[in-house]
Amino acid sequence: MAKFIKKRGKGSPGINTASLPDIVFMLLFFFMVVTKLRDAELKVRVVTPFGTELTKLEEKSLVNTIFVGRPVEKFQAIYGTKPRMQLGDKFAEAIEIPLFLERFRVKIPEAQRPKITTSLRVDGKVTMGIVQDIKTELRKANQLKINYSTKKRPDAL
Amino acid sequence: MSKSKVRDMMKNEINAGSMADIAFLLLIFFLVTTTLVEDSGITVKLPPWSTEEPDITKLKTRNVYSVLVNAQNQLLVRGQVMRVEELRKNAKEFISNPTGRTDYAERPKNALIMLKNDRGTNYATYITVYNELKGAYNELWDDMSRRKHGVAYSEDLPVAWKKAIKEEIPMVLSEAEPTAFGKEN
Repeated sequence: MAKFIKKRGKGSPGINTASLPDIVFMLLFFFMVVTKLRDAELKVRVVTPFGTELTKLEEKSLVNTIFVGRPVEKFQAIYGTKPRMQLGDKFAEAIEIPLFLERFRVKIPEAQRPKITTSLRVDGKVTMGIVQDIKTELRKANQLKINYSTKKRPDAL
Repeated sequence: MSKSKVRDMMKNEINAGSMADIAFLLLIFFLVTTTLVEDSGITVKLPPWSTEEPDITKLKTRNVYSVLVNAQNQLLVRGQVMRVEELRKNAKEFISNPTGRTDYAERPKNALIMLKNDRGTNYATYITVYNELKGAYNELWDDMSRRKHGVAYSEDLPVAWKKAIKEEIPMVLSEAEPTAFGKEN
């Protein structure tokens, strides 16, 4: 018994905090790696237009995204500068949309499938032709719930 | 004896040197995550695909609000050139028809907006036009909700109220197959 008391009395048992920053940094890097900004690297440049009548997209797991815009600089040599569509992480044509949607759909429980939303992230400078083709494909694939991604307009029209 | 020992231990405060690191961690974490939530936009329900042409012969001209957007991003509303800034107000007036004009919609229920664009129309223009038309309906719903229930229209209203409002002023926006006169980029 006496042995124990003696030991405690000797020095104040301070926790060594020298390694705390390292732990915190480790956590920081962990979160930086794990939180994905987007599912895929953007290969097209998208600056979405402005709007005021916005609805927030809830439940990210039920949203799939189609990007449309001009290829970014490093892909312009191969893909040109005409607006292109990006499905997942690669360039695609409108004809590939049904397969893309189906691949997404099978991962969702059946009860939630009607709630799947397709988010169209389209560059404001693109012309409607390619958007129209996408819309037609979506309608054919019976994916009718869509969301035109827009930013909140900061000032009046 | 043992009591004084406990007091000794209490004097050892936790080292706050790493607090700054924790704060930085939180700061950076939130910085990263807040860029994520810009997922908002205009939600649209597309009509199911059908190869049949819709029958528009039954519609009265006074109930149809046609909006054409050409490849130069100009608007033609019911045969007249219009600036996009005027669209919302004009559409509201057309739908609600407060002055009982004979060339405007008979009742909000009968009103139909027909939007047609060109394949060469700028997407941003299209979105602006769509936004204004949707805004017109949103404002009408808001007016009605305030009149009837004294609260602003929102998605959180009771389902029955929303249903009643939308039954009175249903948003019917039909999009025609676009023309292909303009140049696509």
